[in-house]
Amino acid sequence: MNREIKVASGKAVMSGPDVSRAISRIAHEIVERNQGAHNVVLVGLQRGGTWIADQLAERIAQIEPGLNVPNGSLDVSMHRDDIGLRPIVPGAISDIPFDINGAVVVLVDDVLYTGRTVRAALEGLNNFGRPRSVQLAVIVDRGHRELPIRPDFVGKNIPTQINDEVEVSVDGVVITAVQS
Amino acid sequence: MKHLRSIGELGKEGLERLLESTAQMAEINRRPIPKVPALRGKTVVSLFFEDSTRTRLSFETAAKRLSAETMTFSVSTSSVNKGESLRDTVETISDMGVHAFVVRHKSAGVPWQISQWTSASIINAGDGAHQHPTQAIVDCYTVREALGLTALNGLRVSIVGDIKHSRVARSNVAAFTLLGAHVTLVAPPTLLPANIETWPVKVAHSLDDVMPSTDVLYMLRLQSERMDQGLIPHLGEYSNRFGLTETRAQKLQDSAVVMHPGPMNRGVEMHIDPADLPNSLIHKQVANGVSARMAVLFDVLARGGELNSLQEESV
Amino acid sequence: MNVVITGSTVLTQQGEQRLDVRISNGKIIELSESIKPEVEDQLLDAAGCHVLPGFVDLHTHLREPGKEDSETIETGSRAGALGGYTALVAMPNTTPAQDSIPIIDFVRAQGKRAGLVEVVPSGCITIGRAGSALAPLADLARHGVQIFTDDGSGVQDPALMRRAMEYSRDLGITLAQHCEVSALTAGAVMNECSCSSELGVPGWPALAEELMVHRDIELAKLTGAKIHFLHLSTAGSVRLVREAKREGLPITAEVTPHHLSLTEELLRTFDSTFKVNPPLRSAEDIEALRSGLLDGTIDAVATDHAPHVRRDKELPLDQAPPGMLGLETALGVVLSTVPMNAMDLAKVMSINPARIAGISDRHGILPQVGQPANLCVVDMRAEWTVDPSKLASKSRNTPFVGRTLRGKVRHTVFEGDVVVKNGEAQR
Repeated sequence: MNREIKVASGKAVMSGPDVSRAISRIAHEIVERNQGAHNVVLVGLQRGGTWIADQLAERIAQIEPGLNVPNGSLDVSMHRDDIGLRPIVPGAISDIPFDINGAVVVLVDDVLYTGRTVRAALEGLNNFGRPRSVQLAVIVDRGHRELPIRPDFVGKNIPTQINDEVEVSVDGVVITAVQS
Repeated sequence: MKHLRSIGELGKEGLERLLESTAQMAEINRRPIPKVPALRGKTVVSLFFEDSTRTRLSFETAAKRLSAETMTFSVSTSSVNKGESLRDTVETISDMGVHAFVVRHKSAGVPWQISQWTSASIINAGDGAHQHPTQAIVDCYTVREALGLTALNGLRVSIVGDIKHSRVARSNVAAFTLLGAHVTLVAPPTLLPANIETWPVKVAHSLDDVMPSTDVLYMLRLQSERMDQGLIPHLGEYSNRFGLTETRAQKLQDSAVVMHPGPMNRGVEMHIDPADLPNSLIHKQVANGVSARMAVLFDVLARGGELNSLQEESV
Repeated sequence: MNVVITGSTVLTQQGEQRLDVRISNGKIIELSESIKPEVEDQLLDAAGCHVLPGFVDLHTHLREPGKEDSETIETGSRAGALGGYTALVAMPNTTPAQDSIPIIDFVRAQGKRAGLVEVVPSGCITIGRAGSALAPLADLARHGVQIFTDDGSGVQDPALMRRAMEYSRDLGITLAQHCEVSALTAGAVMNECSCSSELGVPGWPALAEELMVHRDIELAKLTGAKIHFLHLSTAGSVRLVREAKREGLPITAEVTPHHLSLTEELLRTFDSTFKVNPPLRSAEDIEALRSGLLDGTIDAVATDHAPHVRRDKELPLDQAPPGMLGLETALGVVLSTVPMNAMDLAKVMSINPARIAGISDRHGILPQVGQPANLCVVDMRAEWTVDPSKLASKSRNTPFVGRTLRGKVRHTVFEGDVVVKNGEAQR
């Protein structure tokens, strides 16, 4: 099997403060779009989206004092369309301890790429109920979509090569070129 | 993992992976709609040469919650009674396009034999007195969950009863030992296997003695035919020495838990109603059975295969 | 037409000698350093090979009559000839069992018809091998049967065994015991050991063999009858026989190639090819059996060749019948596992078994002018790999699949006829 080799060290495209500011802006946009976010619940996708959902919940509470947006997490590995084609990342557990029927669910992830994770997430959400609507928040939209899915809230659009690896953390966003 | 035939073949890493995965599956089972499409298009056949409604239902429920197709082969209605050989049976069903066989047989080793005659995965649902690995996964998961532990280092597990004829005992000794627990087998010498000194366990012949120093008390079913075979003089005598009575249960530490793989023999090894035990995990064992078997099916059917070694894509 | 063997080392009473051999009318007629063959002579090239007395197997299951799908007297004879054997003692656990003159005659006649080896029928000790009443030992003995056994099982009842030994004492025959106290081996699948305990299968304890070895030694002491112990498999049995022989009792014993080479650990595969009775034992038992063979405690190597059809061997381990092939691999296994020279080999594979079987007037005789030409020509150094599809036996249940063995039969001469030439059966 070909082992992929990283040929260059990563290039930082967003700094830690950049990411933090993007999260703040998205929090504002969510509140604005949903007229106060009273009916909004956040669902972070395991595993890259959960810490971002946590931060969004905190920022929304600051923007709208007294408003504690319910915040859960969803593991989509059982809903993927490529089971058996890629290794499974084990051990992430869904935790949605609130009713999503009739709610506005904001799915939160770090990177939007092919759209397949989001498709799996939409299907997974069905097991928990029927939301009034679903919106999508991501820190990075790196392009290369394979499904008709678009984000509602974006930190930054960053054009990438198809083989690049994009890593998002509190310390920023790093792109690493990978060659097969 | 291609097959799950024994805890030994699974190994520590595999066991821990399946325990993690069981937790994931348990979450799915708590959802309002406990069904995911993970194994769409996969076919799982239960090949039961020995009756076991509980285990079979547990596997079939697990397969259905993962959206696999299930088929049941039961000996009473099959051509095995017309003299068809095991190999012919397996090859014929395999030709129908099967991804996994869940096999139970009264003879040790049948899952290993079958895996030579099919390219499908084999999951051992009990072979003779040899192995019953999914039961051990269920039991280890149930203990971890109940005690809030991830490692079982130093945990004192006492397995009581007919060790000699028990696949549950053999799988659980292997599994608990892999996870760092200390296992004590409690039985009259006639119900212990020969050469027990080569096992990684302590042996005790008095249940009363081990009660105070037990964290997990695991009672095994005693079949009355053991008396006919002369391995014990009398069921009553066995029951007096190794049965869980109310008085005896009081010798357990408050934190100790009680387990039983079912079906229970009331009045033989279980005198006390498990409902009267403060720390019985017996119902949890059954409930967790479906989650653990989902984890196994998913591991074998979705994680297995050479495609597995593809590098993870970023998404 | 004469047969001339050239270039060979012949094992004679004077030791190993570089000699050619001329055979005519079933007898050796010339042994000399260089024989000039006539045009019409059949030549056997034996360069680098030893000429030995043809091997004698004390323990062959030929399955005919009754189980001709797993072996026939003809296919078993062919396998024997390819293994260097010129005589096979046919075990009596056929269907019907070899407990009457018509069955004995049938087996002999089928052996003659195949014409590849001498098939020497054994008789049953008890009628139908049922262990309850003596078979007509004297009638059968008068009919030429020399060795009696209930092999497949041992005679359980000590009183019956005592009677058999008393009755047989004056008949000049040998009783051969399959030593297994069956009450201790109910349902047994393999040796009772840590492995059987891990696999959760009933074990066959060494004690079950040793108790009967001990009983029969004591009965031999009491009755003076000759007893032969079949397929010894434990260190304890070797000790018992060694002590009994020291006391001068008329006891002989055999060991199989598989008990000299394979351990119980092979059962971990659940492959019933490795299921055999008595079962494969521990490495310590193997050591004891090898030294017993080398110091003469064990007189003979016998194959316990036990063919089974694939269908039967594919049953679950506890239901599959015990037994493994042996005739075509015996020489290679023995030479690969026990250090032996040509004379040692001839003793345990030919001379001693011929004596025990009561056929040493025509088998197991070191090559000598005027003696019957039952010979095998073996390359003691040739290496070969066991391929079950190339075996002549009708069954395929060899436990030595893929193993490289040292020692191969090049030619076999039976009653003066070349039945195997260059490793190929001639009939």
